[in-house]
Amino acid sequence: MKEQLHELKEQVIAKIKDSQTIKELNDVRVAYLGKKGPITDLLKGMGKLPAEERPKMGALVNEIRESVTGILEERKETLEQQAIQEQLEKESIDVTLPGRPVELGNHHPLTRVVEEIEDFFISMGYEIAEGPEVEKDYYNFEALNLPKGHPARDMQDSFYITEDILLRTHTSPVQARTMEAKDGAAIKIICPGKVYRRDSDDATHSHQFTQIEGLVVGENIRMSDLKGTLDLLAKKLFGADREIRLRPSFFPFTEPSVEMDISCFKCGGSGCNVCKKTGWIEILGAGMVHPNVLKMAGYNPEEVTGFAFGMGPERIAMLKYGVEDIRHFYTNDIRFISQFHRAEA
Amino acid sequence: MLVSTNWLSKYVDWNELSVEELAEKITRAGIEVDGIIDRSFGMDNIVIGYVTDCVKHPEADKLHICQVDVGGEITQIICGAPNIAAGQKVIVARPGAVLPGGMKIKKAKLRGEESNGMICSLQELGIEGKVVPKAYAEGIYVLPNDVQAGESALTHLGLYDQVMEFDLTPNRSDALSMLGVAYEVGAILSKDIKLPAISFEESSEKAQDYLKLAVEAQEDNPMYIAKVVKNVKVAESPQWLQNTLMSAGIRPHNNIVDITNYVLLEYGQPLHAFDYDRLETKEIVVRHAREGEKIVTLDQAERTLNGHQLVITNGVEPVALAGVMGGANSEVHEGTATVVIESAYFAPSSVRRTSKEVGLRSDASTRFEKGVDPNRVAEAAERAAQLMAELAGGEVLEGSVQFDELDKTAERIILSPDYVNNRLGMKIPMDEMKSIMDRLQIPTEAINGQLVMDIPTRRQDLRIKEDIIEEIARLYGYDEIPKTLPVVESTPGGLTPYQAKRRIVRRFLEAAGLSQALTYSLASPKDAQAFALETAPVTELLMPMSEERSVLRQSLIPHLLDAATYNTARRNESVALYETGSVFLGIEEDGLPKEVEHVAAVLTGKWVHHAWQGETKKVDFFVMKGIVEGLFEQLGLLERIQFTKATVEGMHPGRTATVWLGDQAVGMLGQVHPTVQNQRDLQETYVMEMNLRVIMETAAEELFYEPVPRYPSISRDIALVVDRDTSAANLQAIILQAGGKLLKTVQLFDLYEGKNVEEGKKSLAFSLTYFDPERTLTDEEVVNAHKKVLDALTVQANAQLRS
Repeated sequence: MKEQLHELKEQVIAKIKDSQTIKELNDVRVAYLGKKGPITDLLKGMGKLPAEERPKMGALVNEIRESVTGILEERKETLEQQAIQEQLEKESIDVTLPGRPVELGNHHPLTRVVEEIEDFFISMGYEIAEGPEVEKDYYNFEALNLPKGHPARDMQDSFYITEDILLRTHTSPVQARTMEAKDGAAIKIICPGKVYRRDSDDATHSHQFTQIEGLVVGENIRMSDLKGTLDLLAKKLFGADREIRLRPSFFPFTEPSVEMDISCFKCGGSGCNVCKKTGWIEILGAGMVHPNVLKMAGYNPEEVTGFAFGMGPERIAMLKYGVEDIRHFYTNDIRFISQFHRAEA
Repeated sequence: MLVSTNWLSKYVDWNELSVEELAEKITRAGIEVDGIIDRSFGMDNIVIGYVTDCVKHPEADKLHICQVDVGGEITQIICGAPNIAAGQKVIVARPGAVLPGGMKIKKAKLRGEESNGMICSLQELGIEGKVVPKAYAEGIYVLPNDVQAGESALTHLGLYDQVMEFDLTPNRSDALSMLGVAYEVGAILSKDIKLPAISFEESSEKAQDYLKLAVEAQEDNPMYIAKVVKNVKVAESPQWLQNTLMSAGIRPHNNIVDITNYVLLEYGQPLHAFDYDRLETKEIVVRHAREGEKIVTLDQAERTLNGHQLVITNGVEPVALAGVMGGANSEVHEGTATVVIESAYFAPSSVRRTSKEVGLRSDASTRFEKGVDPNRVAEAAERAAQLMAELAGGEVLEGSVQFDELDKTAERIILSPDYVNNRLGMKIPMDEMKSIMDRLQIPTEAINGQLVMDIPTRRQDLRIKEDIIEEIARLYGYDEIPKTLPVVESTPGGLTPYQAKRRIVRRFLEAAGLSQALTYSLASPKDAQAFALETAPVTELLMPMSEERSVLRQSLIPHLLDAATYNTARRNESVALYETGSVFLGIEEDGLPKEVEHVAAVLTGKWVHHAWQGETKKVDFFVMKGIVEGLFEQLGLLERIQFTKATVEGMHPGRTATVWLGDQAVGMLGQVHPTVQNQRDLQETYVMEMNLRVIMETAAEELFYEPVPRYPSISRDIALVVDRDTSAANLQAIILQAGGKLLKTVQLFDLYEGKNVEEGKKSLAFSLTYFDPERTLTDEEVVNAHKKVLDALTVQANAQLRS
């Protein structure tokens, strides 16, 4: 019996070692250690043994069972490891294959510029004001100190609908409308929008383009406030180390009027092709609201002053991103639009 | 305005500075100097030559072999100009010279003959063809005989000169004259200026005895002066005068015309010279033209006149279009002996209108349009008379013939230094302000702490206190203005709910994969109303630039389709674009069209495109519908919208839907009609357009948190067979109604037609989720609820359960 047991043990161990899969191993377990297996049989047959041998044999059987179980567990672990290895090898991929693209759309580069400017001014307590694109001559010109026959109307050849109605040539009528509606109250607004001029489309002209303007009206608004505001804007749009300079200019709706240059963001002021070797780039026009404009809107220019400024998002985008042809903004070529969604800094 | 710095030196001494420094100072003080032209273009080795001999080249018809004295040396030069001749003094570019066009002059052989240089035209020296005197426009330039061979030709032609190009703003018409520029530069540099000294001998004869004047149109012509100069010799102007005019961009003609142009440039006062004898009537009458009256102007064009246009006549017929251009019939010519100099003030609006109507803008009209200086009208005439005496040998008759009702008084402006400083945010002392006014030569006195200024009429742009603030600030220096921020009542700022929603709409569409397009509002008449959700009378431009951009659009879709075609034609085959923008409908009570903000989108090509994994899916109706639904979900309105099948011109009749928000149709989506797709070179293309204004003005439900479920939900699936034309929305509505409050969601997960489903029928499978937030549902409750659903489907939609 003892020999029988040892023989059995050798046999099982050999079978365990021969097993190549978890399933085979399981079969061996069932065959040898299961309820119908030879070891169980042996235990059942122990009753036939003399009483004094029974404990010894029982201990031996248990010892063999434990030892076999141990070997079996070991084998099982090995086989499991092997199986995982095989699986991992099978699952291995070429990580250099392209990822699944996340298909996002882009906003238009002009929207990007406009929203950046809007958000900057919103943070300083400005509201966004909008108005109609088809305007009355009154708001587009007359209320802005441009009476009929004024020579400065030459600057803006317009698309008229009737003698008194036209496509607005700038977003300034929104300022006139806002002043009229505010009825003497203080104002801090930004007016973005589409505007139209009777120009033939070419690399630098577009019959439709965008503008964004600002207007502040209140007691004690000074030209120094305009300069401080524009300085912050220039740094926001073109970098913290930008310097600004103001040059006298002329707009019928402001007096004094200025044009603002920024130090060239490409060369820092030493002169390059972007700034045409001057070190400065013209960015926007501005000025103190003309007393006639204030008067027409019901403000007393002796008591209330204001400043206004306006710029072209196309020009800003062209400068910032190096776009050479204004028509790109309106042809909607996906290869163009798709370049303006990522972070800039 | 071109400003020769050599000429400027006659009036103001700026020579401590380089031209670049001067230009920078002028720019910073308010007149933008656009560029500086060095008229010598760095040329060298350009001398005066004397052609001693000139014979035809034996081997070439058009060439001449010239022997040229270039100063102590005679050299052979081959010349191809038609007007070359022996005895001429000419411009010679010697070997080593580099001309402005980049041509390097070298010794060469031309058809076997040696050539040691080139005889030049003025154009070859960089002078614009349109200012070269007509006699030399087609050939070489011939210098007067009194010049010395071998001397520098550039010196003689005044080309060692730098010219500043002014980009003048419309208010600074004072700088349309050299004197005006001199005043400006004098103010900037704190220098005095030298005005021309006018003196000449007058004849004993009187102008009044030669000429009668009647001004009938006095409002449009409040001042008219005529001087008469007799015995003039019309000839080429002296070289200095021709050089000066060319430096200012004006072509020399003859001494009389050149003098009027010179004075125009010097004083900013346009003048006209008539041939006295050709006037015939010894009379000048200024009046409005007779309707349909004709005049042939100096440019030989016959012009038919309107009744409001101002003309100068000889009492019988027009001899000039006032302030715009002279007439050919009274033009000064070689044989002219007696000249009438006209100097006048023509009303800006009259000249402006006439010049626009006849399409003629001249150096004269641009100045009259802006209003010339009333105090220079007479002086300019005197100046011209002086020059005609000096340069054309004329005799100036005594006095002048004139009409003068023009106001020439100075405007007075009074302002306090505080007014200035409060508006600038500065503390400029009063005496500093006064000294700036002194530099501008504006007579100013400080009286009782106020500045009292009498504004000279040459500065017509200075009318109100703010104009003076600008003068003070610009000359004090804009750099000196400090940087502050406005101190006003603090306001919160921000976007209106409408504006905030617009950004939500844009961000959602971009997240959904659509890029923002920006197209034109102006459309062609055929596109104006195509695909429009709503049509109204079209708004048309009075004077469109092209048919293609002549009316305002009523739908965004046509231009988005243009963008799609543009892209697909360039192999950007998958297009997903959206646009937000206004459409323009009819006319409102205030006379303006109703502007309504819309959103539209176009999709064509592939929607899912992940090629190497074989996942590619073309766009279809449901991609667009999902975007529309997502948009309403973002705006909190998804529960309130419905889609119904629609017929829209230009759209696929079986694949188009109207979008309803409550009981209002707010949009449309679907496939573009295949015929239209073909016309536009597009593959299967889907579009949508919605009235964004209505949608964004509809308030969303308030956003309240719904507790996250604590009890499990139970799902049951049903597959139904229904008639093919039963709509999914209808079935869903039946299910939701019958399911009661326990039924939370219904989701379609399968649609099938074909094998195993009877002809004319279709199968739809829904997944229903039952749920009670308070407790776990029992099987029995779900079975009961579900049975009600099935019964309702059978009764209301004739649905059969699919086995």
